Amino acid sequence: MKTLPKERRYETLSYLPPLTDAQISRQIQYILEKGYIAAIEFNESSDPTEFYWSMWKLPLFSARSTQEVLSEIQACRSEYSNCFIRVVGFDNVKQCQILSFIVHKPNTSRF
Amino acid sequence: MSYSQTKTQSRVGYQAGVKEYKLTYYTPDYTPKDTDILAAFRVTPQPGVPPEEAGAAVAAESSTGTWTTVWTDLLTDMDRYKGRCYDIEPVAGEDNQYICYVAYPLDLFEEGSVTNLLTSIVGNVFGFKALRALRLEDLRIPVAYLKTFQGPPHGIQVERDKLNKYGRPLLGCTIKPKLGLSAKNYGRAVYECLRGGLDFTKDDENINSQPFMRWRDRFLFVAEAIKKAQAETGEIKGHYLNCTAGTCEEMMKRAEFAKELEMPIIMHDYLTGGFTANTTLARWCRDNGMLLHIHRAMHAVIDRQKNHGMHFRTLAKCLRMSGGDHIHTGTVVGKLEGERGITMGFVDLLRENYVEQDMSRGIYFTQDWASMPGVMAVASGGIHVWHMPALVEIFGDDSVLQFGGGTLGHPWGNAPGATANRVALEACIEARNAGRDLGREGNDILREASKWSPELAIACETWKEIKFEFEAMDTV
Repeated sequence: MKTLPKERRYETLSYLPPLTDAQISRQIQYILEKGYIAAIEFNESSDPTEFYWSMWKLPLFSARSTQEVLSEIQACRSEYSNCFIRVVGFDNVKQCQILSFIVHKPNTSRF
Repeated sequence: MSYSQTKTQSRVGYQAGVKEYKLTYYTPDYTPKDTDILAAFRVTPQPGVPPEEAGAAVAAESSTGTWTTVWTDLLTDMDRYKGRCYDIEPVAGEDNQYICYVAYPLDLFEEGSVTNLLTSIVGNVFGFKALRALRLEDLRIPVAYLKTFQGPPHGIQVERDKLNKYGRPLLGCTIKPKLGLSAKNYGRAVYECLRGGLDFTKDDENINSQPFMRWRDRFLFVAEAIKKAQAETGEIKGHYLNCTAGTCEEMMKRAEFAKELEMPIIMHDYLTGGFTANTTLARWCRDNGMLLHIHRAMHAVIDRQKNHGMHFRTLAKCLRMSGGDHIHTGTVVGKLEGERGITMGFVDLLRENYVEQDMSRGIYFTQDWASMPGVMAVASGGIHVWHMPALVEIFGDDSVLQFGGGTLGHPWGNAPGATANRVALEACIEARNAGRDLGREGNDILREASKWSPELAIACETWKEIKFEFEAMDTV
């Protein structure tokens, strides 16, 4: 028997081991295939009631390949390595945010 | 004549006595208007009663008709108010069962009142002697009438935005044992579930305010549990605080206290509590930013018999009009494949904005919801981690999957049980988005995640692996 350790979480997919770039790329592929709009957000805190994180540039309306989104994630990571970074997906038909997952935690090299 | 399409009254004056219903209420040439409320009834007439008379009797008794003519009929414009049986189709495979379609003029019903709608359409007529049995299969609610209802307090998208949860079903758990826990012990069970990774816990429907745990004590300890779990995990948590009570005043008192405690969601049992109470609570919820979870105790009394009562899809439609952000729909898994199509038919009616007629899924009428918010489908009861891939595949993201025994029954307790379910869920979501087939590879996906999640590994050992056949779909 084991006691569950206390641990901060970051919503969808944060109960999995940190996603590799290859895994992130497949999730981005899903966003693009569904016709959603990908965007990148970063923030110093991960407080759950802080709804708005800062946007990294604008949502990537014209992104056609996962590589374009991945390079923006990479650029955001190098500039804001001390922040939490997440990828979100918007659906402009349903007119709302449809998904979100964490891709970077402060001061970790890969994640 | 042109507006109502039928002409009932002649100028010969009042003739007392009993007249056959079909002379007035069976109108096969009538074309339903866009503003009519349409109903599909499964009618089993008594032996010797012809289907036209039975269908007409249903239309009559659920609208303007009485068993005999009365002189005051002549003071009204019957063609404006009467229900009309406009089509009758025999049910294949049954020798004395018919689907009778009835159109009701909009003016028969009070705006914004599900109570009034049901009092007419499923009122006295269900005890009518000329019928052996009667079942309301479906309703078409015209946009003109729908727009008089508020509907769900928030709907699926607003709920996601408020809770900051996207791209996956939500996870819940009903706290057990359902009767007998003290408020403090109850809050402990809630805290453990939430800190392990569930989004919600739930009061069982029979938890109201009993001697072993009064409602106010429960609310206080649960609020403490939620705040602690939220601070610890960094995720928004909720507990469906059951506000169902013996009077509306008491119900509102409990709702107000939940708001005072800054709780995100409350709960109501809409059939035992009643539609008037439910609609009042739903309107309060929208005004006060409170999500509303709906339980459906007593539904099986109404919807279980194939030939009598109401199909659940009609109760589901009524709930969407009355208001609720979640409603239980059953789990599908483990049941007959045929029921999957039927269940997903009314799940679509709860969540989608426009649903086409589809007899194979039991949808008798095309329904336009005119942008009324959608209701999350809640799948609860008898499910565990091995069901996860099938549940995600069947219900999709806009659902709440509730594992009661499947969380609390974990050998290491509630928190690891919750983690096992959350890991299983996220593994399925990650795999689905990456293009893997949950129907075929579901068990492999769980086994792979078990390798790095000891909580899931134990859960997978505790409950038995299951195989699903996703093929046979056409047995409805």
